[in-house]
Amino acid sequence: MGASVGQSKIRVDAYEKATGRAKYTDDLYGREALVAKIVRSTVANGLVKSIDVTEASKVPGVVKILTCFDVPDHKFPTAGHPWSLDPGHQDVADRLLLTRRVRFYGDDVAVVIAEDEVAAVQAMRLVKVEYETYPFVLDAQEAMAPGAPQIHENYPNNILGHTELRRGDYQKAIQEEGLIKVEGWYDTPTVQHCHLENHICCAYMESGRIVVVSSTQIPHIVRRVCGQALGVPWGKIRLIKPYIGGGFGNKQDALYEPLCAWLTTQVGGRLVKIDCAREETFTCNRVRHAVRSHIISWVRPDGTLAARKIESISDQGAYASHGHSIAAKGVNMFPQLYPCDNIEGDAYTVFTNKPVGGAMRGYGIPQVMWAGECHIDDIARALGRDPVDYRRQVVMPQGFKDGFSKNENYYDTFRQVMEKGMAAIDYTRKRAAYADQTGPVRRGIGMALFWYNTGVWPISLESSSCRMVLNQDGSLQVQTGETEIGQGCDTAYAQMAADAVGVPFEDVHIMSTQDTDISPFGTGAYASRQTYSGSFSIRQTGLLLKDRILRYAAELTGQMRENMDLIDGQVVRKNDGRVLMPLSELALTALYSTTHSQHLTAESTYQIKSNAYSFGCTFAEVEVDIPLCKATLLNIVNVHDCGMLVNPALAEAQVHGGMSMAIGYGLGEQLLFDPKTGRPLNNNLLDYKVPTIMDHPDHLGAVFVENREPTSPYGTKSLGEPPACSPAPAIRNAILQATGVAVDRAPMTPHVLFARFKEEGLL
Amino acid sequence: MYDLKALYEAESVQDAVRLRVEHPEAQIIAGGTDVLVQMREGKRAGRELISIFGIDSMRGVSLDQEENIRIGSLTSFSHITKDPIIQKYINVLGEAVDMIGGPQIRNAGTIGGNTCNGVTSADSASTLFAWEAIVELTGEKGVRLVPIDQFYLAAGKVDLAPDEIQTAILIPKKSYTNCYGHYIKYAMRSAMDIATLGCSVNVVLGADKRTLERVRIAYGVAGPVPMRAPTAEAATTGKVLCEETVKAFGAAVLSDIRPRDSWRASKAFREHIAVELAERCLIEAAKNGGGVMA
Repeated sequence: MGASVGQSKIRVDAYEKATGRAKYTDDLYGREALVAKIVRSTVANGLVKSIDVTEASKVPGVVKILTCFDVPDHKFPTAGHPWSLDPGHQDVADRLLLTRRVRFYGDDVAVVIAEDEVAAVQAMRLVKVEYETYPFVLDAQEAMAPGAPQIHENYPNNILGHTELRRGDYQKAIQEEGLIKVEGWYDTPTVQHCHLENHICCAYMESGRIVVVSSTQIPHIVRRVCGQALGVPWGKIRLIKPYIGGGFGNKQDALYEPLCAWLTTQVGGRLVKIDCAREETFTCNRVRHAVRSHIISWVRPDGTLAARKIESISDQGAYASHGHSIAAKGVNMFPQLYPCDNIEGDAYTVFTNKPVGGAMRGYGIPQVMWAGECHIDDIARALGRDPVDYRRQVVMPQGFKDGFSKNENYYDTFRQVMEKGMAAIDYTRKRAAYADQTGPVRRGIGMALFWYNTGVWPISLESSSCRMVLNQDGSLQVQTGETEIGQGCDTAYAQMAADAVGVPFEDVHIMSTQDTDISPFGTGAYASRQTYSGSFSIRQTGLLLKDRILRYAAELTGQMRENMDLIDGQVVRKNDGRVLMPLSELALTALYSTTHSQHLTAESTYQIKSNAYSFGCTFAEVEVDIPLCKATLLNIVNVHDCGMLVNPALAEAQVHGGMSMAIGYGLGEQLLFDPKTGRPLNNNLLDYKVPTIMDHPDHLGAVFVENREPTSPYGTKSLGEPPACSPAPAIRNAILQATGVAVDRAPMTPHVLFARFKEEGLL
Repeated sequence: MYDLKALYEAESVQDAVRLRVEHPEAQIIAGGTDVLVQMREGKRAGRELISIFGIDSMRGVSLDQEENIRIGSLTSFSHITKDPIIQKYINVLGEAVDMIGGPQIRNAGTIGGNTCNGVTSADSASTLFAWEAIVELTGEKGVRLVPIDQFYLAAGKVDLAPDEIQTAILIPKKSYTNCYGHYIKYAMRSAMDIATLGCSVNVVLGADKRTLERVRIAYGVAGPVPMRAPTAEAATTGKVLCEETVKAFGAAVLSDIRPRDSWRASKAFREHIAVELAERCLIEAAKNGGGVMA
């Protein structure tokens, strides 16, 4: 624990956000802006034949109407990945600003720009679009079948990507005598992030450049995508990211910034705003990929795994966005959690005529954990073993090393987190108490494990940059390219910077806004990378600045630089600990000295070439009212080994948020579509069932095992996404214990339970 | 920003009636928790609005000279829940409207708006049906009283003449005397949700606390409008409260209700839940009246 790192410091943005003073995009630029509203496709697959704007143009206040026939012909990718210099690894460029060839219900066809929202909406409803309609397909497995409608050229059978994983010899291994076959199909739904602030962006022109202000996680990446979409040099785009009201991966994509950037160029550089309605956020931004997985395990009577097979089909929706990365990540984690010599894995990412799958908290892992952790409980049940006891036998052992990422299980973490989780929820006693229940209302307890990476190395670039400036009073400005999106990284960074330089936490002024004209380059917030990746350059830059300060101190004090340290804002002589001068005096002198004036700053980039396993588990306790087909969550505990905690209170909050999201994933949330038209049915917060506080147990347990991550400057690893990975299967496994019914389809709504309880004769 | 053509604010019931006659195309708005949502969706966009929200005489709960309960149509849900008259005589109504939306909606939304919307899922409706509420309508010619089951004409359509506004909802004394009820809202979430099915049951018990002298049951979302289940009521009235009676009650509702398949829930699911809710509501309503299962 440092002077700041390891302490539950109050968030640096707490007061601004709690009092409503914090300025978000709409607060900054929304009021005076022209309002742009997008005319959306009312067919799921087809071609725009013509657009009639006669009536729409007559609406008072309409400034301009632009259509898919007007946009520049620059295909661009949208995924928030670092740009790859290798064309073979670049994201698929399949988007235009507006499109004639529509591929899902809600696709962007035209746009109305008006003086206010009422005029824009009125005109939007009057734009007449004529379509040639094509057959459409909503299910990924059906989309792969022969004869399915082809959604994109050059992707036969709608397959965007296929990952093939082969270890050992599966076919030979399953010939072994006496093996038990356990097989299951596991489904996860299409869900949306439901961050509080919908995606919003504004754009205007200044000095021949386009300024875009956006609610985004990835300002530097969005700048690049805007440049690509408009066909202008990237330096012509300035991207500003103020406070944002959550992202969870949806805003790890270029959403409507490229369109907004183009619109301002069409109205003489006037300020234009695109503010997505919640309905649009649900289906016209990004969603989590629905994944259907088929797992077969061949198990010896002693529980050891002889051979395993997984096939996953991931529903990409209409455009590539993050594409196959999600399904590929999912299948590549499969061999590691429960190592087995003989594995066959196949992951397919398949286009459908549905909203676009992109990044969402967990990036493929909640889907594969659902499948894998349901399945492991199915194996334990087939063997008559306790699920915890069985996992202890087969889970990734201490010392396990990933050949690709070089990640290592340095500690015996899985056993540690399971021990803590069992103790926290009183597992052993409850598991026994709930063993043989009858009657309409029954209880059960279950659990699930997960592992996760930290950042994207070695698949993609990991680098971070930081700049520090010393002020007259000895306080610091700190800037990074990494973005605060509600997760608390600004606070963690201020703590790290304080310790790296040797100043009090209160003397660090973290610059929350990223502005590509001002901020250091950074790729943004994703992959649970902020605390880990950001820490390298913060530490490095902090030490650089400290060195410069102490060199200047040597001039002022006559002491050797090496015999001095900076501790809590004081220049201290190491040998006897005497305070030589306060940093504030040094800082003032440095700027105003008539003999040697110096602006003390530091800036550096650190390229990270390591990664770290993050581990944990969930224990859940449920009560199932069988006649009412309802499962109520009574207790839930997440246990995480995310390394050392930079800020325990914020870590706990991060875990609570992820658990809440996963409770919805397990029990209620899913986007539904009309099978006859492809139209979304429930893209609003009434019909899409995000759990309310009343749907949560009284307490969400967040427990930590702090095993120091050896590769990290502050001993940390990922925590942003991990909390969302294991709760859903833990709840499923608790329902399994309560009722004996395996529910393999998430979310486990009353409708799903009704069907399953009928099948199993409980109703 | 809402797309509205004009807003007229009524100062009194008479003023509201006058505005209704002068602006026949206008939409009445009270708490706005439904109308504004619909305007945003485009369904009532560009309309004139007559706001009755300022008519304080339409707010509050009282007993009239015949001791009927009179609920002013502008009374908010949270007011109803906390009102001592409601709590004393028809607490189940307060419980039912406490399940609508969230706290902000319950402070703004009114029972008049909830019923005038004409939707089958309204949380107040099944209880008002089960307690045989009377709707008071005021128009140019004065006051008209309509039993609630006749007020609902079809999905989204109520018996409100072009010159009328709804001014109160009455619960007759004979309806609430010695009567105890229970409401279950079945929804996918525990708050902020629309009912998949709503069931309200009330009973009058005999002196022995075992005989069901009167049983009434009504559902929301079991058909296009809220509805009673007369077969189930007939099958139970006069019977002794016991397991067998409860089961017969549940079974009988299936001959009365007409739920449909929709993407929100299947007919089979709604029927299954309807039976279960009927049984549970009957037991709870009887318990509230001090009833004892034989």
